[in-house]
Amino acid sequence: MQETFAEYTARTAFERPLLSGVAYAERVVHSKREEFERQHGWTIKTMQREPSPIRDEYAPVIFSQETVSYIESLDMMSGEEDRENILRAGASGKAVLTRPFRLLGSHHLGVVLTFPVYKSKLPLRPTVAERIGATAGYLGGAFDVESLVENLLGQLAGNQAILVNVYDVTNSSDHLIMYGHQNQDGDLAFLHESKLDFGDPFRKHTMICRYHQKAPTSWTALTTAFLFFVICLLVGYILYGAAIHIVKVEDDFHEMQELKVRAEAADVAKSQFLATVSHEIRTPMNGILGMLALLLDTDLSSTQRDYAQTAQVCGKALITLINEVLDRAKIEAGKLEMETVPFDLRSILDDVLSLFSEKSRNKGVELAVFVSDKVPEMVMGDPGRFRQIITNLVGNSVKFTERGHIFVKVHLAENSKPMAEAKAETCLNGGSDEGVLVSSAHQFKTLSGYEAADERNSWDSFKYLVADEESRYNASINMPLAGETSQNVTLMVSVEDTGIGIPLIAQDRVFMPFMQADSSTSRNYGGTGIGLSITKCLVELMGGHISFVSRPQVGSTFSFTAAFGRCKKASFSDTKKSNTEDLPSSFQGLKAIVVDGKPVRAAVTRYHLKRLGMLVEVGSSVKMAASACGKNGSSCGTKNQLDVILVEKDSWLSGEDGGLSLGMLDLKQNGHVFKLPKMILLATNITNAELEKAKAAGFSDTTIMKPVRASMVAACLQQVLGIGQKRQAGKDMLNGSLVLRSLLYRKKILVVDDNMVNRRVAAGALKKFGAAVECADSGKAALKLLQIPHYFDACFMDIQMPEMDGFEATRRIRKMESQANEQINGGSMDEESARKGKWHVPILAMTADVIHATYDECLKCGMDGYVSKPFEEENLYQAVAKFFKAKPMSEL
Amino acid sequence: MLGLDADRLRADLNRLLAFLFHQGILDEQYLQLQQLQDESSPNFVSEVVNIYFHESEKLLRNLRSSLMDREFSDYDKMGIHLNQFIGSSSSIGAKRVRNVCVAFRAASDQYNRAGCLRALELLEHEYCILKNKLHELFQIEQQRLLAAGVRYPMLN
Repeated sequence: MQETFAEYTARTAFERPLLSGVAYAERVVHSKREEFERQHGWTIKTMQREPSPIRDEYAPVIFSQETVSYIESLDMMSGEEDRENILRAGASGKAVLTRPFRLLGSHHLGVVLTFPVYKSKLPLRPTVAERIGATAGYLGGAFDVESLVENLLGQLAGNQAILVNVYDVTNSSDHLIMYGHQNQDGDLAFLHESKLDFGDPFRKHTMICRYHQKAPTSWTALTTAFLFFVICLLVGYILYGAAIHIVKVEDDFHEMQELKVRAEAADVAKSQFLATVSHEIRTPMNGILGMLALLLDTDLSSTQRDYAQTAQVCGKALITLINEVLDRAKIEAGKLEMETVPFDLRSILDDVLSLFSEKSRNKGVELAVFVSDKVPEMVMGDPGRFRQIITNLVGNSVKFTERGHIFVKVHLAENSKPMAEAKAETCLNGGSDEGVLVSSAHQFKTLSGYEAADERNSWDSFKYLVADEESRYNASINMPLAGETSQNVTLMVSVEDTGIGIPLIAQDRVFMPFMQADSSTSRNYGGTGIGLSITKCLVELMGGHISFVSRPQVGSTFSFTAAFGRCKKASFSDTKKSNTEDLPSSFQGLKAIVVDGKPVRAAVTRYHLKRLGMLVEVGSSVKMAASACGKNGSSCGTKNQLDVILVEKDSWLSGEDGGLSLGMLDLKQNGHVFKLPKMILLATNITNAELEKAKAAGFSDTTIMKPVRASMVAACLQQVLGIGQKRQAGKDMLNGSLVLRSLLYRKKILVVDDNMVNRRVAAGALKKFGAAVECADSGKAALKLLQIPHYFDACFMDIQMPEMDGFEATRRIRKMESQANEQINGGSMDEESARKGKWHVPILAMTADVIHATYDECLKCGMDGYVSKPFEEENLYQAVAKFFKAKPMSEL
Repeated sequence: MLGLDADRLRADLNRLLAFLFHQGILDEQYLQLQQLQDESSPNFVSEVVNIYFHESEKLLRNLRSSLMDREFSDYDKMGIHLNQFIGSSSSIGAKRVRNVCVAFRAASDQYNRAGCLRALELLEHEYCILKNKLHELFQIEQQRLLAAGVRYPMLN
């Protein structure tokens, strides 16, 4: 039997890989022990291989697999616990596990799985007692847990890193280790617990897996974390940097803003400083000049006088400079305001011309002005500033020109376009070879025959302008020009000279202040270089722009445009009356011939004569004029009688025989009844010898020295023709105070000032210029005196007065006047108001504070201007000139 | 002899004027004033200056009495007085007096009584100097006129 069992179990062992071996123990009750022992021939032994003590029941192993043959005859029930287990197995009929113990053979920890074997068939639902009774024996198999786990979890257990412990946890307080070391250090942090079920519901097992060593630090995780950290750091840094940058930029911005504010403040301060300082310099300079004037009055030796005069000239130059700087500062500070008053452009140009006539004559430079007929006689604008611009430009030209001419031309800006077209036309029509011809002859068709930088003023284009004018003039008789209806008129003024020109490198900084073409210390020409920059500012203030064309050694042409307002018809006729006072009307209808080889110059002369109302023809040579004269004589008509022949000196010299024939002509015509035409020579400069010769040739009447000006021509003609006996205002004789005198003479002026001293001084100053002055010591008194009708021509009003200040007084006066005017308009026209037309007495504010003068406020309350207190001649003149027209000198 | 004397006096006069200019007591306005004097108004300058003295003394009296008043508070009125003073001083070209007046007005604008008192004292001092110098000037003028035995010529 034993052999069979052993062989069978050995052969089927592969089916039970987990069992180290199986054995069969028979159930032997004590009563049958002896019989059993006898039968088998051995005694029942306990596990300790001692003869078994007496018990109720035994379970000695009778068959065993060879691997566990050493347990044969051992009583499986010898241990108390084993016994219970086995009995439990018998009772339940299910497999039962023992608690782990050291297996006898291998000393491995193991458990024994016990199955009951029943003798006979059991009923379907056997009771415990029936089962126990039927139990024949027990089949046990030993699980070698270690090898079991190693087999089962070979994968896991083989991994050195993982520690597997299997516990028997039937007794929850005392875990029995079945596999693995009890106290092995391991990573207690990560452990996995899982239940094991070996099929015995009574015993519970747990398997705990954990890492053998502490979990190795994860490099990837660390690196990732580190990288993440680094990225975070970088991003943070970037954000921080950005924030810092923003803050910095903001700070910078604020700083810049502050700097900008400071720079602006500095700029304002600079202008203010300039204004103040120049003002402050002006004050002592006036003292110096005044003292020099006093000094020059004393008896001085000629050397002393020379010194003093030099000092005076220098002082005057300095004052001029300071005034320019002051102008510039005012412009920069935005304090310069343009006036809008009607003025006569032509007379201003004449004035400027007369200013430079002496200088240009000494240099032998021709100076001429031409104003297009289409330019309105009176325009609205700032005459002072216009004069300043022209003076600056012409002054520059005079300074830099040694030969040739300086030509100021004014025409409407719209005209420049057809002119440009005309120019292009001449170029197309073989203008180029004509140019060659002209240049080879060294005669250009300009005013003086010298080449000019800008050809627009040469006759080629100029004649179009003149011709255009003629046609327009004829056309305008029938229909008014469209342009004249518009409010504004834009004038184009060009100042042409044949001077040294501007070096090309210096041309782009001509308009910069204090920049000069030649700023070296050894330069030929003086000056500060501020003039042109001021001119530019002024032109821009007038709503125009300035440009220039310049060719070194040929000349420069400065042109600027400026917008002026047209005069209203009413004021136009008003001012026109006074204007014609300026130029005598006694030459209306006189006939004249201008003999001049140079058409541009002839046109200029013609322009001046036409202003006197004369009918002018131009002849290019004396012969032509003579023939015209002859025709005149033969026709014998008194209607077409020729009155004057004006001959340009150059033409006369070039055609001397013509001059002789002219003399002949004179003789020939002597017999006729009608008056001989007067012969007048035009010359820039003339030597005594030439003068003698001219007289001999028949120019006995007079010689007009250039520059030609209408008023001067008028004076000469008066002398020659003996008409208009009243002496005309020789403008070049006037100096400032005389002009003022002419303005203020016999004007009734009211001076309102609460300060007795001021009143007395103002009255004295005005009386000196011939005005009849009355005084009022308060605004109220002034109001009383100015009750309409009154005879005052103007009122000078102090601003700061107690009780009623200047502004208030002016407001009331204006109110009074407007009421009076309404009454006039209402129909009650008396003789007085008819004379005046409209009540409006010019009121000028007197203020001690010029720089801060609230000019606006003055205007707002109805004043017409202001003068600084104490009076300065120039200032007074500027203010007064707006209202009064000069009375002819003869009346003074 | 007389003519030489006149020349000397004229030199004196010019010297004194130069001194006054240099010291800043007078400015160019005084010259303008002199220019206003001609045959038609031979005493124009002295006339104006006398008005000035008369008015100024009145103003100074007013200023002093109002500042001496313990309960004084009417700075506006004082400002009006000072404006008058400034106006008339600049009209005759009394530059230093004018400057002191401007400072006085500034103090008055700030209701600075101590400053006003200081300025008043300075003003009286300056006014004294001006008056003395102008008297001196007129005296020399008169002597010169006597010496020259002619009408006062136009200084132009």
